[in-house]
Amino acid sequence: MSETCAVKKVTEITPEEVARVEEWINTEEYREKNFAREAVVINPAHACQPLGAQLVAHGFEGTLPFVHGSQGCASYYRSALTRHFREPAAAVSSAMTEDGAVFGGQNNLFEGLENAYTLYKPKMMAVFTSCMPEIIGDDLTAFISNARKEGLIPEDFPVPYANTPSFNGTHINGYDAMLKSILSYLATDKKVEGKDNGKLNLIPGFDCNTGNYREYKRLCKEMGIDVTVLADVSESFDSPLDGTYRPYPGGTPLEEAADVLNAHATLSMMLHASKETIKWFKNETEAPVDVMPAPIGVANTDNFLMKLAELFGKEVPEPLKAERGRAVDAMTDAHQYLHNKKFAIWGDPDYLAGMISFLLEMGARPYHIICSRGSKKVTKYLQALLDASPYGEGCHIWMNKDLWHLRSLVMTDPVDALIGSSHGKMVARDANIPHIRHGFPVLDRVNLHRVPYIGYQGAINLLTSIANTLLEEVDRTSEDKHFEIMR
Amino acid sequence: MENENAAVKAPLEGIEKQATEELIDKTLELYPEKARKKRAPHMSANDPGVEGCTVKSNRKTVPGVMSARGCAYAGAKGVVWGPIRDMTHISHGPVGCGYYSWGTRRNLVEGHQGVDVFSAMQFTSDFQEKDVVYGGDKKLAKICTEVRELFPLAKGISVLSECPVGLIGDDINAVAKKSSSELGVPVVPCNCEGFRGVSQSLGHHISNDSIRDYVIGTYEFKDEPTDYDIALIGDYNIGGDAWASKKILEELGLNVKAIWTGDGQIEHIAATHQVKLNLIHCYRSMNYMAKVMEERYGIPWMEFNFFGPTKIAASLRAIAARFDQKIQDNAERIIEKYTPMMQAVVDEYRPRLEGKRALLFVGGLRPRHTIGAYEDLGLEIVGTGYEFAHNDDYDRTYEEMAKGTLIFDDASEIELETWAKEYKVDLVGSGVKEKYVFQKAGIPFRQMHSWDYSGPYHGYDGFPIFARDIDMAINSPTWGLVKAPF
Repeated sequence: MSETCAVKKVTEITPEEVARVEEWINTEEYREKNFAREAVVINPAHACQPLGAQLVAHGFEGTLPFVHGSQGCASYYRSALTRHFREPAAAVSSAMTEDGAVFGGQNNLFEGLENAYTLYKPKMMAVFTSCMPEIIGDDLTAFISNARKEGLIPEDFPVPYANTPSFNGTHINGYDAMLKSILSYLATDKKVEGKDNGKLNLIPGFDCNTGNYREYKRLCKEMGIDVTVLADVSESFDSPLDGTYRPYPGGTPLEEAADVLNAHATLSMMLHASKETIKWFKNETEAPVDVMPAPIGVANTDNFLMKLAELFGKEVPEPLKAERGRAVDAMTDAHQYLHNKKFAIWGDPDYLAGMISFLLEMGARPYHIICSRGSKKVTKYLQALLDASPYGEGCHIWMNKDLWHLRSLVMTDPVDALIGSSHGKMVARDANIPHIRHGFPVLDRVNLHRVPYIGYQGAINLLTSIANTLLEEVDRTSEDKHFEIMR
Repeated sequence: MENENAAVKAPLEGIEKQATEELIDKTLELYPEKARKKRAPHMSANDPGVEGCTVKSNRKTVPGVMSARGCAYAGAKGVVWGPIRDMTHISHGPVGCGYYSWGTRRNLVEGHQGVDVFSAMQFTSDFQEKDVVYGGDKKLAKICTEVRELFPLAKGISVLSECPVGLIGDDINAVAKKSSSELGVPVVPCNCEGFRGVSQSLGHHISNDSIRDYVIGTYEFKDEPTDYDIALIGDYNIGGDAWASKKILEELGLNVKAIWTGDGQIEHIAATHQVKLNLIHCYRSMNYMAKVMEERYGIPWMEFNFFGPTKIAASLRAIAARFDQKIQDNAERIIEKYTPMMQAVVDEYRPRLEGKRALLFVGGLRPRHTIGAYEDLGLEIVGTGYEFAHNDDYDRTYEEMAKGTLIFDDASEIELETWAKEYKVDLVGSGVKEKYVFQKAGIPFRQMHSWDYSGPYHGYDGFPIFARDIDMAINSPTWGLVKAPF
């Protein structure tokens, strides 16, 4: 403000004004205004591409994620993953600064590759970009090839790279780009005509639940199928504490990743988030490549197992049939606690698809569905899920909306509980309803990323946390005369 | 501030300058030649007063090295602007920067989020390809209008630029000026793109400059000024720190008219030119504005340290010395009142912590300011370093550390691992990215940026919590389970 401005006196916001606005932001009128906004995004449920790319990089054996861009970007992705998993997330950057805008990032990339290779002794470095090199138009293909020519990294050292501009799409697109890049780098010339290694390639998608990865492997083992889980972060982000720090505690073995084009089949659990990777597989191999919803809930798990059975000519074994029976038993026992209850959920398209399916199976209503970023195709897909069940009637899909929209929705058209990331906790508090922590990120509860929610066991876990949270709420809020031993 | 411990620190058993220099050489051997040369001036065996034993700082991070540093945007959003409770802070650019820094600094505030305070919310322009191609200025103007309408009690808007904004040549300053006059609230542009400078530090400086250019002097306090009006500068209210500090200062008889910026209110900050003294806790992030206020308004400033009873008492006396006898008497009375309570804390925890060794690697002020609190509990600091300090921070650090201890700048993870192992430390105090690295290695750890979701650690309220936390980190029975019996 210019110096000619009159100097004003400090004023305090009065309790009356606070009370007025507190009431106003809960109204229909406010909801209308809130939904009319076109420019500002408030409390989004999506992050940017490089986060997904880094998750993928952590999922390969001995792989150091390498951010080409400012060091602050790398610090942010590392912190985001570390806070959710409560595990180390080793990654480096090319530490570009202002002069990069003038001269380009090649020198930084050169130095970064040489130093990281020497210091952290990775088996592979997965390079992905943040904003700056994307805007100035750095040519990664040329830079990395030049780095080899200069002898900064060995000629045969794997350095797959992906362009992951933060101003295009979300973390799930970065996941896809990096995964495609790593696989095509490692496997493209390893295709052997007529070879079938008998394995399944499984792509979990942007999944930050290490328990899910272990569960995928267990289900495949039960089916007698040899599986390569791609971008497998189950060990990377859930490693033992035994007194030794290991920067690369797990991940998909590079040798296995190099053999993906000789697999018996490929299955992606992400309908809307593995487009590029799937396209690559389909171009490179004649083996079946399928995309289907993640096995969240009984029906999705049934379909998953039947798909495995079909692809590999196997029968679903007795132990899995019994497991299914136990899940159905648990769901039937607890149905009364969820039946017709309304929930608000938010997250990525594929995650939402799974949650919708599970809630409908319980006779519960996924009443407000907030999808932070998605296309009309996604809306149509999710709507079809709702339309297939009577419990989907009157439920709403809110495409390209955020958690401040969610607040208006919950205040004007209430639900019984929220299911989603920690970022929803302000809404839950204002609405005075329970919040079941789920998805990514969970920053305020422990160990939830270790509890799987896929498969039959996952359905039981999911049900347990939802039903018990609602029951806890009944106990917490009931009057003395209705406070009973049994529920 | 005058160093009340001007006497040279007692040496630590087994810590010799030569051995530390050898350790530095060994550490540097990990690097390729060019990086070795770059890193070498950033670590030194401490020898206060000896010219050759200084540490170079505020230089570019070495590419490919696992640095803990953030960027200018992080310094602007996370440190200076973010904690101001009654403004909406727009992360201008793609969605990520605002998303990753959302609610992660623990700047607590009084008020109802979304009603009269907004600090735990994430406002972003969520740039898409078209914004990069056609520019985001129009979108920014619209954002300002929208947040003004949706959050009528917000006292202003800050616009924090992310990398693309500066690279595509948007003019947020022009938009801010126009929006401010149209909307009738301050709209403060802050050109803190992450590629500027070498760390968070330039973000602090740029933010201080934007306060200088757009905020200071634009408001006056309602009440008549008194001789006891002060501002608390560089306290970000992590876990309630500023509240604990404010409590003592008020007990001392001073009026805390503004806090920069923990639980901060923009109009109070804007009227700070009326106070009589600026008290600075985090010198690194706020010294710029303290100096501006000194030059422009003749307001003196002094540093102080509210970590641990020894430093608190020394600081209270130093602060009181700037005022009359009444305040000086109050200082003695407060020290007398709290000393037995603090002694009880020391008596409880010190026997379990005596002689334990710690390595610190943090941000603005803590690598030096927390040393006294550890020492009150009987711990010894064998090494300390900063992510983004400047020479004047190191000048304030050497004397706080014993001869031969390790002082370092912008350490990489592999360096910290090497040192923690070599010194067989009992505790590492650093950030979340480092935490689990050390815990996996069986080394107790406390996050010293976020107080590990605890706090406050400032003041007399903070010390018992600090002591409890350090004790439980080092003495948790879970450490006894690390080695399997088979």
